[in-house]
Amino acid sequence: MRKTLLESLTYGSLTEPAPAPDDSALAELAAKVDRAAQATLGRSLAIREVDAGSCNGCELEIHALSNAFYDVERFGLRFVASPRHADVLLVTGPVTKNMRQALERTYNATPDPKWVVAVGGCAIDGGLFRGSYACVGGVSETIPVDLHIKGCPPSPTDLLKGLLALLEHVSGKR
Amino acid sequence: MGILDSIPHVNAILSHRPWPRAVVTEAGWQAAIDRLVEGGLTLLGFWGEPAAVHLALLDGGSADVAVVTYECTAGAFPSVASRHLPALRLERTIHDLFGLVPSAADDLRPWLDHDAWGQSYPLSGRNASREVRPYQFLPAEGEALHQVAVGPVHAGIIEPGHFRFTANGEHVVRLEQWLGYTHKGIELLMQGANLEAAAKLANRTSGDSAVAYAFAFARAAEAALDIQVPRRAIFLRALMAEVERLANHFGDIGAICNDASFALMHAQTGILRERCLRAADTAFGHRLMMDVIVPGGVARDVSADGIPAMRALLAEIRKVFPRLIELYDNTASLQDRTVTTGIVKADYARQFGAGGYVGRASGRDFDARRTFAYAPYDQLSFEVPVLEAGDVNARVWIRIREVEQSVELIAQMLDLMEPGEIRNAPPAGRGGCEGLALTEAFRGDVLAWLRLDGELRVERCHLRDASWFQWPLLETAIEGNIIADFPLCNKSFNCSYSGADL
Repeated sequence: MRKTLLESLTYGSLTEPAPAPDDSALAELAAKVDRAAQATLGRSLAIREVDAGSCNGCELEIHALSNAFYDVERFGLRFVASPRHADVLLVTGPVTKNMRQALERTYNATPDPKWVVAVGGCAIDGGLFRGSYACVGGVSETIPVDLHIKGCPPSPTDLLKGLLALLEHVSGKR
Repeated sequence: MGILDSIPHVNAILSHRPWPRAVVTEAGWQAAIDRLVEGGLTLLGFWGEPAAVHLALLDGGSADVAVVTYECTAGAFPSVASRHLPALRLERTIHDLFGLVPSAADDLRPWLDHDAWGQSYPLSGRNASREVRPYQFLPAEGEALHQVAVGPVHAGIIEPGHFRFTANGEHVVRLEQWLGYTHKGIELLMQGANLEAAAKLANRTSGDSAVAYAFAFARAAEAALDIQVPRRAIFLRALMAEVERLANHFGDIGAICNDASFALMHAQTGILRERCLRAADTAFGHRLMMDVIVPGGVARDVSADGIPAMRALLAEIRKVFPRLIELYDNTASLQDRTVTTGIVKADYARQFGAGGYVGRASGRDFDARRTFAYAPYDQLSFEVPVLEAGDVNARVWIRIREVEQSVELIAQMLDLMEPGEIRNAPPAGRGGCEGLALTEAFRGDVLAWLRLDGELRVERCHLRDASWFQWPLLETAIEGNIIADFPLCNKSFNCSYSGADL
């Protein structure tokens, strides 16, 4: 273990520079963040991820946000275990009917102020699963959505751009 | 001797390829179940249609496969699960989706149907209603016992499912799973879809096995249409399948260690996983390599810098991974959590036909790549690691050995790959035809069965993840362990929710 740790010290950092926040995401958010919320949240956001029926592709890329290359925690973004601790719900999937109630309950358990980010093509409008007897459709048909991040699945860089846009607006940096 | 020689059947369906399918009477159906119960055959799949049920059977010794079909003229079929437990969840699913009743079944509780769809039996083609009762978990009673309910929304970034633990103090006396939360109705969405649209759905059955599903679906379609795939495409497909296996094994090895509070390993394997995905992106234009494999071949060739990216990936893994193996092997605090934890008994692994590292860590020597020797694996040399211990540690070691094998497989493929065509277009119209295929995903064998109509539209498609036969074994593995070891056991299985819920 010592060897691995020592080598890591001399290896140099793998962490990459932050991408610029997504402009379209900024525009979508512009109207939604008020001053009171900015004061409450400061410059960090606690994220609760909710899989509302995805194929798991989005989850894999959300996981990747925590690896050494993207290192999402350096921006004050962290994933939490309970909606009670969360500022942001990151929701994936075409919202299956079997998950709709659980999603609503998770939303209701999240204290205000809160934001909902719909991640991936399915979460936007149901994607390939739109029209299925077993799916509701986009996340916004179940709970209000503040920001959409496109992709199937969105790459970690796309996710980071969207989340940074959210963070900038919430912290009133711009 | 083929499987059907010992199972009386009425007539064989000649348009079914490459293995035979035959319609049986009740006597034939019972004979098939007898062979499953004796252990002579392994259950590969069990699925329905509005008026029929199919059993896919494997003779492990001869690598022979056959499908037997029972026509449910009275809306019922003799229960398989009442005699052969591995069929239980599939049987409950058949009832949920088609309304067909397994006669003499012991357990007819809904599985996928949570009474939220607004309709019953959605694939039956008729609008019937079912009696709705609150879901009953199996009882476990005793003075000291208490229940812990977990999910569907879990504490981590994982898929939704419900776990009902009954515990005596810290020790689990029963775990019962209830899944279906990610049921998207994929099999109905596929009906009437053209091959391209259906392949996209297959790709998104379980995101971590996107390549394996696309591969299985494409091979089933090619078997049905009786078409060949260009040699270059064959290699590209397997190359993607092995990169997918590597990425998932790296992610899981790290995550298992992380659940034992050994974060260093997670950080290191996370780097290797990301390297795999980036090489995949460079080579095929998509990090998870979705929508590259299509019936007839591949949709696009590997990019010019894709091959060097793959070689660089192999060099990196060969340099870094041996040190990580040493780290795993020499960390006593980690071994303390993984050795003898979550044991899957060899008998259960065999009875359930457990695929992948779950089966191979419990002595079941089965790998679809070798057993069925589908191209290009018939031209490549590799070993299938098998261990007997059946604990979390054994499942980690199987993955470690599989990483080594995949690296060697990719190296062989890069050497053998030659320029050439990458796709044979499916022929226009060939009448109704049926195909069956199995590919080895990172977690085990994926089965794809489909029937195409004259216009090459999917009439019926069934996809079966390895998880169907692994999830129930997780229930057995946790017994007697403490609840705190559940994440470790669970991650060492890493069963698919979406793949099993469909």
